[in-house]
Amino acid sequence: MSFSPRKILMALAAPVLSILVAMVITSIILLAAKDPVGEVWAQLLRLPSPRLTIAIVNSAVVLYLSAVAVAIGFRMNLFNIGVDGQYRVAAFAAAVFAGQAWLPGWLNILVSLLVAMLAGGLWAAIAGWLKVTRGVSEVISTIMLNAIATYLVAYFLQKVALSSEGSNVTNTKTIPESSRVPGIPVTIGEQQREIYGLIFLAVLVGFLYWFILNKTRFGFDLRATGRSETAAIASGVKVKRMVLMSMILSGAVAGLVGMPLLFGQDFAYGTTFQAGLGFSGIAVALLGRNHHIGMAVAAIVWGFLEQQSNGLQINAGVSDRLVGVIQGVIVLSVVIAYEIVRRASITIEQRNVAAALAAERAKAQNAAAEVAA
Amino acid sequence: MRQVMKMAVVVAAGSLALAACSSSSSTTPAASTGASGAAQIKVGMAYDVGGRGDQSFNDAAAAGLDKAAKELGVASKEASASNGEAESARQERLQQLIDAGYTNIVAVGFAYAPSVTKVAKANPKVKFALVDSTDAKGDNIENITFAEHEGSFLVGAAAALKSKTGNIGFVGGVEIDLIKKFEAGFTAGAKAVNPNIKVQTKYLTQPPDFSGFGSVDKGKTAAEGMYQNGADVIYHAAGGSGGGVFTAAKAAGKLAIGVDSDQAASPALAGVKDVILTSMLKKVDVGVYDFIKSVKEGSFKSGEKVFNLKVNGVGYATTGGQVDDIKSKLDDFKQQIIDGKITVPTKP
Repeated sequence: MSFSPRKILMALAAPVLSILVAMVITSIILLAAKDPVGEVWAQLLRLPSPRLTIAIVNSAVVLYLSAVAVAIGFRMNLFNIGVDGQYRVAAFAAAVFAGQAWLPGWLNILVSLLVAMLAGGLWAAIAGWLKVTRGVSEVISTIMLNAIATYLVAYFLQKVALSSEGSNVTNTKTIPESSRVPGIPVTIGEQQREIYGLIFLAVLVGFLYWFILNKTRFGFDLRATGRSETAAIASGVKVKRMVLMSMILSGAVAGLVGMPLLFGQDFAYGTTFQAGLGFSGIAVALLGRNHHIGMAVAAIVWGFLEQQSNGLQINAGVSDRLVGVIQGVIVLSVVIAYEIVRRASITIEQRNVAAALAAERAKAQNAAAEVAA
Repeated sequence: MRQVMKMAVVVAAGSLALAACSSSSSTTPAASTGASGAAQIKVGMAYDVGGRGDQSFNDAAAAGLDKAAKELGVASKEASASNGEAESARQERLQQLIDAGYTNIVAVGFAYAPSVTKVAKANPKVKFALVDSTDAKGDNIENITFAEHEGSFLVGAAAALKSKTGNIGFVGGVEIDLIKKFEAGFTAGAKAVNPNIKVQTKYLTQPPDFSGFGSVDKGKTAAEGMYQNGADVIYHAAGGSGGGVFTAAKAAGKLAIGVDSDQAASPALAGVKDVILTSMLKKVDVGVYDFIKSVKEGSFKSGEKVFNLKVNGVGYATTGGQVDDIKSKLDDFKQQIIDGKITVPTKP
């Protein structure tokens, strides 16, 4: 890969363009809704307070794991819409296991992480198995499995639940203190906040994602199958096996999504466990173009927007729904901007190749003419 | 490439133009200020998902704030939760309200319990009211809870007294302990009138899917099924989904019972008010108003404050006059519950 100035410019054009487009569209919506446009941007573009920064980093850790799970499927041309169900099944399984405290301290955490990966992987394997044996589209089956996961977890939660009078929250057994992952403490003024200790898990998952996809035979096969299935078959890739494997891998990573929350914040799975992370992961993966660093940046942008909801309501007086609108507009403009830039660069490439060919042909003709003369 | 650059220039120019024309219109004050004064109480409201305008739970809390703003002259700032938000976002909401100077916080909904615990500890001078939960305890926290099962008992009795088929229904929004309290009370009340009555039960969604509190279509489908199975009175505890239950009742020519606020009196439901037999009143507005009043008068008391039948914190609505003929029977049950002669179960 060469680092020509044009290539770098093209790479930066898409995200910059999309953010500008998103700003324009959002401003138009704000104007239409008669909301204070200036205040909204002043709030959104203000440097977040240290307290908020930590909340953004924590949100990003969870979103990044979800995005990697989605991206593993995307690189293989598989649309795993089921990350949402997979992480909830896994978080529940891990919470029940860790809550029992069969194992001491750190061992309990490690085995619980494995339980989560296993549960997520198995749940995703159902969709993978249906695809390779019955040709069921994974989009359909994973969406349906999300609904089934909701009911299944709700049912089993009732079975194992502990709830006290007047609490209204149903939780699994709380994880013992020795098996909690301590956060990285940050003191801001008088208050103490923590960054999830499992941020290291997200970094490790990001590294493995990059390493396996780019440096191993398996990763090469996966990317090849994603680019062209027929070509992959021709080069000896067992596509069905690859589909099942990548689905399971995607599900296993999805299983880790809830872990920073479980071991760093909630210490139990219950009715108020954060929902919808799987769908945010799809947006973050799209925004980060399935790139290990790109997704980290996208996760921070997404977390930033989520955490801005309060400030927008309290300081600018606009509806919290606005943040959802901005997020949606950004994803759409990113997808569109990348497509425009991709087409533009193809056109330029073609033009350059055509020019080079023409020059060569002219040279050949000149040479022929000289010989003839 | 040239086209891309051109587009980029156009977009950049557009955004600058918009930013320029917006700066003049950015002076709108965001706070709704009441009567100003040195002793003005500043209230920060943190709503549950749906926020002000949900025709149900959050609106009931908002009504209490509005009443306080009118009568006590408080200044307020409101913010609501978004679906699937992080726990840190809830904490931030409370803290930012406090940072903005709104040092009396009402947290609407049990989902706020963990964040109230933390934020109340970090801000010992700020007073908190937490609706629907006793999970957060502290010297500066008042827990506002309701005896929903007692109110539901009365509307259950009303349903059984009005049912001709001996078959009634319960539609719950989301299958959580809180809503099961409504079901338990309703069933017990109906059985107290008619031990052989059939009660059909349906929950619209399971946690963590909380859409059952805001899906008119799901409420309608569930109610239609129950009416077809012979029910002639259906009680809903499903927030915004209740609108669908009333629509189904109107179409079937049957009856339905509202929840939280006096739904037959709601302007948004004027079209279906003739099918609303009564409503189980859960007076969140009273809870919120009382909290603000106690702060103003300096009589704030931490700990659980139960709003039950005895203190008129729950009850049934008489708007429309459809329960006038059975009122004496219902009030008899009410007295028996207050006297402790009837103990209403909280679990189905």
